[in-house]
Amino acid sequence: MRLLKKLIAAAVLLPGLALASEGGYPLDQAPDYTKDMVALQDGARLFVNYCLSCHSASSMRYNRLRDIGLTEQQIKDNLLFTSDKVGGMMTVAMSGKDAKAWFGAEPPDLSVIARAKASSAGSGPDYLYTYLRTFYKDDTRPTGWNNLVFPNVGMPHVLWELQGIRTAKFEDVKDPHEEGKTEHKFVGFQQVTPGTLTPVQYDKAVADLVSYMTWMAEPVQTTRKRIGVWVLLFLGVCVVLTWRLNASYWKDVR
Amino acid sequence: MSFQEKQLPADASFGDKALNWIDARFPLSSTWKAHLSEYYAPKNFNFLYVFGSLALLVLVIQIVTGIFLVMHYKPDANLAFASVEYIMRDVPWGWLVRYMHSTGASAFFIVVYIHMLRGLLYGSYRKPRELVWLFGVGIFLCLMAEAFFGYLLPWGQMSYWGAQVIVNLFGAIPFIGPDLSLWIRGDYVVSDATLNRFFAFHVIAIPLVLIGLVIAHIVALHEVGSSNPDGVEIKDTVTESGIPLDGIAFHPYYSVHDIFIVTIFLLIFSAVVFFAPEMGGYFLEYNNFIPANPLKTPPHIAPVWYFTPFYSILRATTSDFVYWLQAGVAAYVALIILRTRLASKCKIAAAVIGLLIIVGMFIFDAKFWGVVLMGVSVMIMFGLPWLDTSPVKSIRYRPGWHKYIYIVFGIAFIVLGYLGVQPPTPVGTAIAQVCTFLYFGFFLLMPWWSATGTFKPVPARVVYHPH
Repeated sequence: MRLLKKLIAAAVLLPGLALASEGGYPLDQAPDYTKDMVALQDGARLFVNYCLSCHSASSMRYNRLRDIGLTEQQIKDNLLFTSDKVGGMMTVAMSGKDAKAWFGAEPPDLSVIARAKASSAGSGPDYLYTYLRTFYKDDTRPTGWNNLVFPNVGMPHVLWELQGIRTAKFEDVKDPHEEGKTEHKFVGFQQVTPGTLTPVQYDKAVADLVSYMTWMAEPVQTTRKRIGVWVLLFLGVCVVLTWRLNASYWKDVR
Repeated sequence: MSFQEKQLPADASFGDKALNWIDARFPLSSTWKAHLSEYYAPKNFNFLYVFGSLALLVLVIQIVTGIFLVMHYKPDANLAFASVEYIMRDVPWGWLVRYMHSTGASAFFIVVYIHMLRGLLYGSYRKPRELVWLFGVGIFLCLMAEAFFGYLLPWGQMSYWGAQVIVNLFGAIPFIGPDLSLWIRGDYVVSDATLNRFFAFHVIAIPLVLIGLVIAHIVALHEVGSSNPDGVEIKDTVTESGIPLDGIAFHPYYSVHDIFIVTIFLLIFSAVVFFAPEMGGYFLEYNNFIPANPLKTPPHIAPVWYFTPFYSILRATTSDFVYWLQAGVAAYVALIILRTRLASKCKIAAAVIGLLIIVGMFIFDAKFWGVVLMGVSVMIMFGLPWLDTSPVKSIRYRPGWHKYIYIVFGIAFIVLGYLGVQPPTPVGTAIAQVCTFLYFGFFLLMPWWSATGTFKPVPARVVYHPH
């Protein structure tokens, strides 16, 4: 019985344990604003201003932003930077070759990145939300920036003006699993210069951006679920009808 | 004999006249009767017997959605990935068609695995239904090929590297291997040439064979008649007009029954399509949302869940495990020689083949034997009608302990499937090796265990409780 209780306790607790990302840093849970039009529009503004300079989202058409409550005129006036047609794709002017020379790797297309980054450590949005909030100043890196979720990443901290400059503190602690080895363990950030946003505002801005990217990875997702409810209701009625139809035929079989 | 048309009275309705006109030229009424309205199926089917109809439904879903996908998909290494996203975003209802197709692939395997399990439990493959089973295994092979070829088409990282790994397996075949895998790919790596030929196989070649085999499967079944959970031949007890006493017309009884189950199936299917199309990364793998990159190998390449039991057997075959396999082959040959009444020619043949395999295991590396084992693990199902020597068909009348053998086999299969999804670990590999022995033991020792024990008497008529 005691063993059984322990097993049950373990089974209940296990999912609660924070699973670590590939960088060894546990992922924070991203707030979901994918149904919040204001948050999505704010996210789209951040995305177009900060991400699209280097990354493309080549499956995404600008005029699809109508789905998050913007008019074509608003899109044209405020967001249309990389294309002259509102029906055009979110492409990028930088060539892959240049990008490789500058950052060591071609910045990936972001159309479906929120779906691609899911893993056992957390959902795709969790990954992006944590990744964009764990940059720190590191002068050993060519760009001057490093990241906890994606160590030695080629991408600099594009949102640094918003968050301000931070450094990371590490401590060498003894590895509990291996005798005589030490672990380079992250213990906390240190704010060097303040950003234009407070930490709380910055987290909200990143959450908006990530929600936008989550929406962009599958713009139809809300429609899909809305239609799904009606499909299931319809099929539910069908189940009752076909169940009675079946019963009325089979009552004769002895 | 000259052409003869039945004469209908002048006041016959237009419908009757039209049907009469067709029947004189095409066996419409007789086919309808032979396969539906006068096809007598046992009345004691349980819910496991519906999965054949469901498999047919999923096949239709896959063909219809597939046709619409082909209208927008581009089988070109530079365009394929983007064309799938184009379908998801710009093609009206394209997302629905695509999700139905991707969910349908997994649903097909779920339905077919349950369909095969039912055959296993109730001895549906036994005489006189051997051909039904053989066509069925052929369908399963086609399904695996169809899934494998189709999985490359989205041209994501998992598509690409999965295909790379599987095609490279052919490279393990001695002498011809490297040339064979080169020939399959049409290039030195998986490339545009590979994508194009896989597309051709996925949308033309395999579906043609698949549909042919499905027709053969159903025709063979309707020739001998369906089995049932009691394993009683209903054709043994018939009325004066030759209708089985325990049979009921497929239409309307089983057609309304199937429609009922189909709506339940569609309810579950739609729940996945509309609310969880990725199914936690099992139906659509996360890594496959990254476009294929021939220069960047993902850290962990796992096939889609429905292949993992067989993939696990492949991975379990390490160079250490080969010694165990040699011991297993030797023991099996000894068993054939000592405990069968086969002709001495057969025993000598078994000894020679066994010896060749054991010697071969010293010569060729473990990777090759892993490929062989994986192939045999699927092919061995062809032998089932002749491996099972039990005097009764259904598990209902077998000795109680036979149930545990099926349970152990089922657990071994599921554990193999689970381990195939996970990255390899030493403990996992050891467990997979034990499960590999259990998997093959189930089939290879069947001639002995299936005939052992006290069997319950099989009733003359089926057991049926009216509902």
